[in-house]
Amino acid sequence: MMQTYDLQANSLRELNAALHAQANDTNQTSWEIVNPRGSHAVAVGLDAPIEVSVKGSTGYYTAGMNKQATVHVHGSAGPGVAENMMSGTVVIEGDASQYAGATGHGGLLVIKGNASSRCGISMKGINIVVHGNVGHMSAFMAQSGNLVVCGDAGDALGDSIYEARLFVRGSVKSLGADCIEKEMRPEHIEILRDLLNRAGSDAKPEEFKRYGSARQLYNFKVDNAY
Amino acid sequence: MCGIVGLFLKDKALEPQLGALLTDMLITMTDRGPDSAGIAIYGAEDTSASKLTVQAEDPDTAFDGLADKMAAALGGKVTLTRNDTHAVLQVPAGKAEEARTALREIAPEVRAMSFGDTLEIYKEVGLPKDVAARFDIAKMSGTHGIGHTRMATESAVTTLGAHPFNTGSDQCLVHNGSLSNHNSLRRKLQREGIHIETQNDTEVGAAYLTWKMQNGATLGEALEASLEDLDGFFNFVVGTKDGFGVVRDPIACKPAVMAETDQYVAFGSEYRALVNLPGIETARVWEPEPATVYFWTHDQAPNPKKKAA
Repeated sequence: MMQTYDLQANSLRELNAALHAQANDTNQTSWEIVNPRGSHAVAVGLDAPIEVSVKGSTGYYTAGMNKQATVHVHGSAGPGVAENMMSGTVVIEGDASQYAGATGHGGLLVIKGNASSRCGISMKGINIVVHGNVGHMSAFMAQSGNLVVCGDAGDALGDSIYEARLFVRGSVKSLGADCIEKEMRPEHIEILRDLLNRAGSDAKPEEFKRYGSARQLYNFKVDNAY
Repeated sequence: MCGIVGLFLKDKALEPQLGALLTDMLITMTDRGPDSAGIAIYGAEDTSASKLTVQAEDPDTAFDGLADKMAAALGGKVTLTRNDTHAVLQVPAGKAEEARTALREIAPEVRAMSFGDTLEIYKEVGLPKDVAARFDIAKMSGTHGIGHTRMATESAVTTLGAHPFNTGSDQCLVHNGSLSNHNSLRRKLQREGIHIETQNDTEVGAAYLTWKMQNGATLGEALEASLEDLDGFFNFVVGTKDGFGVVRDPIACKPAVMAETDQYVAFGSEYRALVNLPGIETARVWEPEPATVYFWTHDQAPNPKKKAA
C-alpha cells in the first residue's frame, strides 16, 4: 500500500525516521513524498528495498548515502544528490546541481536533465548516467565506476582521474590533468549499452567516446609507493 | 555560507507586493546566515527629488536637524523621513551624490547606506525576520530589489559589514562567498582615491566595481573584469536603476538558482527561497553558468547574455 507523506504538514526528521524504520521484509514498499519545496536531506540514509517517489524539487543532499532503495525525484535536485550512495537507484527527472553522486560507492544515479559542476567527483564505484550535459570538473579524482554523459561535458573533465570510465556522446570542453581519450573496445560498448538501457536512454553506445586515466601522475609511479 | 535573494519584476501588477515577496524569500534563507541582513529596494521615481538613505547608531540625536543642515549645505529643499535606525533624505533632483559627500562634513556619525533616484538600502545586525520587521520592508512597493543574510567570515558583524553595498548612484551589490585578495586590492583602490570604510571583503568588491565604472566601464564590463581581478569565491547579484544582474566566479562553488516567468526574474541561493513565488511551478528554473554575466532591464526583451548598460 502506498504511504503518502506531506512535507509541508509534517517534519523532515519524522519522514526520514519512518523511512529508516523500514526493514528488508517491509510491506510498506511504496512511498510518496509531496510538497518537498526544496527541502534538504530528503530520503537520506535509506537501507531497505523500498520505492520513494518525491513530487517536486528538492534541496541539498537528496537520497544521500542510499542503500537498496529506489528514490525518484519528479523535479530537480539541489547540491550533493545521492552523495556517497552505496547501492540502489536514484532518478532525477529534472536537473541536478553541483557534485551529484559525489564519492558514490555503488548503485545507479540517473539525471534526466543536466548536471552542473563536479558531477561524480571522487566517485568510487557508482554508475551515473546524465541524459543532458555535465558542468566543469566532473569526475574529478574519480576512482571507480562509470560516468555516462549523453550531452556535453564542461571544462577539466576527469582531472586527476584513477580507474573510473567516462563516456561522453557530445563535446568535451577540455580534459583535466592526466585524463585522455581511450579506445572504445567491445566490452565498453556492452557496459555502456547496459547502463543506457537501465537509465532509459535511447542513445547509441557507438556514438560515445571513452575517456580515462593516462596513469602518469605521481600516484601511478611505483617509485613513489611506500 | 550567506543567503542571497533577488527579484526583478516584469509585471507591474506585482509591484505593490515586492517588499512582501522579498521579505519572505529572505526569511527562508535565514539558516544560511543569521548575523545580519539587508534589503535594497528600487521604488517609484520622483523626478523632483533624489534620495540619500542614511543610518545612525543614535538616530534620535543624529537625525535631529539633519534635514536643515543638509538643505543649507546643498541649497534647496530637503526632507527627512525616518524609518527606525534609517532615514531617507529627499534632496533636490540629481544632488544625492553631493549630499553623500556633504554628510561626511555635517554629520560624520551618520552613515550613508545608499544614494540615487530610486534606491533605498536598509540593513542591520540581526535575523532577516527582525531586520525586515523593524523597517516594515513587507509594506514597500517597487520594481526590483535584492536581499542578503550574512554569515560573517572575513570581518566583524556590524551594520556597515552587512549587505547590500552601494556601488554608485542607484547601484548595489550583494555577495555570497569570500574574497582572498581584498587586503591588497583595498590598498590599491585607496591609492586610487576610492573611499572604503571597513575591513570587509565585499566592500572591496563593491569599491572595485565603483572604481571600474568611474574609469569608463559599464557595469557589465566591470563584472567581466571582476572575474579576472577578484580572487576567491563569489556569487554577486547587482541592482541598477533599471536592471538586475548576476555573476558567479569560475569555480562556482556557491549555490545559485534562478527562475523566470512572464511576471519576474528571481534569484535565490537555494530553490527553497523561490517556492512561494507566484507561478513557480511552471517557471523556467535553472542554475546560472560560472563566469557568465547575466543581466535584465525593463527597457527591452529579457536577454540573459546581454551586457549591462
